[in-house]
Amino acid sequence: MIRLIEQSWWKYVGIIMVYYTIIAGFLIKAPRLDILNETIRNLFFHVAIWFAMFILLIISVVYSIKYLLNSKTIHDTIASEFARIGIVLGLIGISTGSVWARFTWGDWWVNDPKLNATTIALLIYLAYLVLRASIESDEQKARISAVYNIFAFTAMIPLVFILPRMTDSLHPGNGGNPGFNAYDLDNNLRKVFYPAVLGWSILGFWLASLRVRIRNIKEELIHHID
Amino acid sequence: MFKKISTVLTLLFIIAGSLNVTLAQEAEKTSVDMADSLRADGKIYVVVLVVMIVFTFFSMYLLLTDRHVKKWEKEMKEMKESKK
Repeated sequence: MIRLIEQSWWKYVGIIMVYYTIIAGFLIKAPRLDILNETIRNLFFHVAIWFAMFILLIISVVYSIKYLLNSKTIHDTIASEFARIGIVLGLIGISTGSVWARFTWGDWWVNDPKLNATTIALLIYLAYLVLRASIESDEQKARISAVYNIFAFTAMIPLVFILPRMTDSLHPGNGGNPGFNAYDLDNNLRKVFYPAVLGWSILGFWLASLRVRIRNIKEELIHHID
Repeated sequence: MFKKISTVLTLLFIIAGSLNVTLAQEAEKTSVDMADSLRADGKIYVVVLVVMIVFTFFSMYLLLTDRHVKKWEKEMKEMKESKK
């Protein structure tokens, strides 16, 4: 992965994908649905960004496991920075969802299983950041937070994907509601949705990789001063 | 590099615009309110351009930061080489 981080081509792919999402996202013909109206276009932002978050958190937990196996600092750096940017994307996801809820469900926040469960999952990840900040020793910090990261990820899966589907929910795809594939009957929206997921994921990956590189420079500097 | 991006972008803009034009010619159901007037006035392009401008600034900043970090990585590498 370090070699990939040093290359630049994928960054331009990401930029182009997001530009395409912006342009085609507003211009493409969308299904005419009651309640949703034009807001269905939020699919390319809110939903795509949640997907991007999930991808980043997968990378984070993989590197946490790698750290526990190898104890290489770079793995801990990657795990923590990808988790951090994953959390940022999750917060963007929640706020874009909140805006969407205001105009479709009538309120900025509703007492809904999906919303509550994803908030809990995000809080668990925020606690990961607090945990890291509370430990002084670098090695302990890396080891303990790696274990916690695995717990956070395995908690997120049922909270975000399984629990809301088992009960009543307003959220599409949960509680008996059809997912958005039911609305996208002519597959037109997918022409923008898939590039959007790719674009936002690459952007998130880029942000995380920048933080990793800056941390590496810091580590090198500290190493050299010693 | 920027020339390449701008040509790809204009291509994408044309493609996306034509996507809209060809599909909008179908019979529209007028029972559901959509932003048809915005599209008819061309005001939708204001939305698109505004968001594009915001993202352009953001992506330029990202690229600049990336270049900045790359410079420091090179310096660190050179420092390590000279110390060996």
